[in-house]
Amino acid sequence: MMKFLHKFSSPPYFYSISGRMLPWLTALFLVLLAYGLYGGLVTAPADYQQGDSFRIIYVHVPAAWMSMFIYMVMAVSGGIGLIWRIKLAEIVSISSAPIGASFTLLALVTGSLWGKPMWGTWWVWDARLTSELILFFLYLGVIGLYNAIEDNRTASRAVAILALVGVVNIPIIHYSVEWWSSLHQGPTVTKFAKPSIHIDMLIPLLVMAVAFKIYYAIALLLRCRNELVQREQGSRWLDEVLEKV
Amino acid sequence: MTSHSLFSAFLSVVRRDLLLAYRHRSELVNPLAFFVMVVSMFPLAVGADVELLRRIAPGVIWVAALLASLLSMDAIFRSDFEDGSLELMVMTPHPLSVLVLAKVVAHWLLSGMPLLLITPLLALMFDIDVDVIWVLLLTLLLGTPVLSLIGAIAVALTVGLRKGGVLLAILVLPLYVPVLIFASAAVDSAASGLPISGQLYMMSAILFLAITLTPWPTAAALKMSLG
Repeated sequence: MMKFLHKFSSPPYFYSISGRMLPWLTALFLVLLAYGLYGGLVTAPADYQQGDSFRIIYVHVPAAWMSMFIYMVMAVSGGIGLIWRIKLAEIVSISSAPIGASFTLLALVTGSLWGKPMWGTWWVWDARLTSELILFFLYLGVIGLYNAIEDNRTASRAVAILALVGVVNIPIIHYSVEWWSSLHQGPTVTKFAKPSIHIDMLIPLLVMAVAFKIYYAIALLLRCRNELVQREQGSRWLDEVLEKV
Repeated sequence: MTSHSLFSAFLSVVRRDLLLAYRHRSELVNPLAFFVMVVSMFPLAVGADVELLRRIAPGVIWVAALLASLLSMDAIFRSDFEDGSLELMVMTPHPLSVLVLAKVVAHWLLSGMPLLLITPLLALMFDIDVDVIWVLLLTLLLGTPVLSLIGAIAVALTVGLRKGGVLLAILVLPLYVPVLIFASAAVDSAASGLPISGQLYMMSAILFLAITLTPWPTAAALKMSLG
């Protein structure tokens, strides 16, 4: 495992294997997306209270999950880059930031669209909405800091420190749901004993969640390859790769 | 090295920063004036309704304190970074995190303390009950050191940049949120006669967590900024 990771983190190997992985991932993503959307928008029964409006969860919930997941990926890979000075970890960390920010924005916008018919208002200052908004601000800070520092390696280290500091906020985000009384729905999926969501609704939701993860992998690989090419300009392996194209 | 010499290094950094600030007294007043002015803009903006002002006053004072500490934050490492004394601090045998903590302590004494002292006056202008003022002061006492500690990380990250100002606000404000939430929740509960120990325990926990943990990222970020 360690050997594989070590090999994977070498830029030339990563560049070639990620190029081969991309078509497979894209195919898998499209299949899962098609199944998840069909299942969620067509076959899943309408909610007895919310009618068809609930179907936005097939985008909203996976996006919200991704927003936190990507922040963790960003912080952990940033930490790895900070400690072991692995170039690829730094690249993964900073390449994740814009994707995470987009998912956070998507979760906010879809939540707001759902809130209008359900709560009668576009926005409420409820704990979860607010913490998602703060997460978005954290992403903006990371992106802003990275762009402000000219040297890429220094910027990556700065961003890693900031992301690790921000991680302290993630538990607070999570527990905020229980601490403040809230208009937002309580969690309906993660109750392991007996999920309070119908199984026909749940399966497309989980499929969509996996589809979003794979989409993240695709976007991440593309961004990483791009960043790698920019950073490694003039290195020999890159010249060899470019000659073949 | 004995712990005695580490402690004396800590003290001498605090003493040096206080002395430096004493020699530039006029700069000390500015964040305080800013704090008072921001607070006094609110009655002008929302109207002079006493009931409304009394209700929003703790929140207004807290947000103004947040902004004032943000303004004064940039000064904590800037001049030391520019004249090279920061590099000398890195080169001393003492751990940088301890010296950083000393600088933060000095900074809080110069920026957080004055806010605390002027707040009762502002609170009276908003007609807050005396009991609630005490709670407000307590939250400021527990909260403003956290603002300085967290702010120091962001300043350390941006000190090498020419245009760090707005970026600093973007980096720091999201991290200030927990403090703001618990502080205003405590004052709100006090105003409606509810127990406030829960929020104060949380704020104390955050303060001690911040004292323990923030000097490390700050020191790491400073070393990174120095290259």
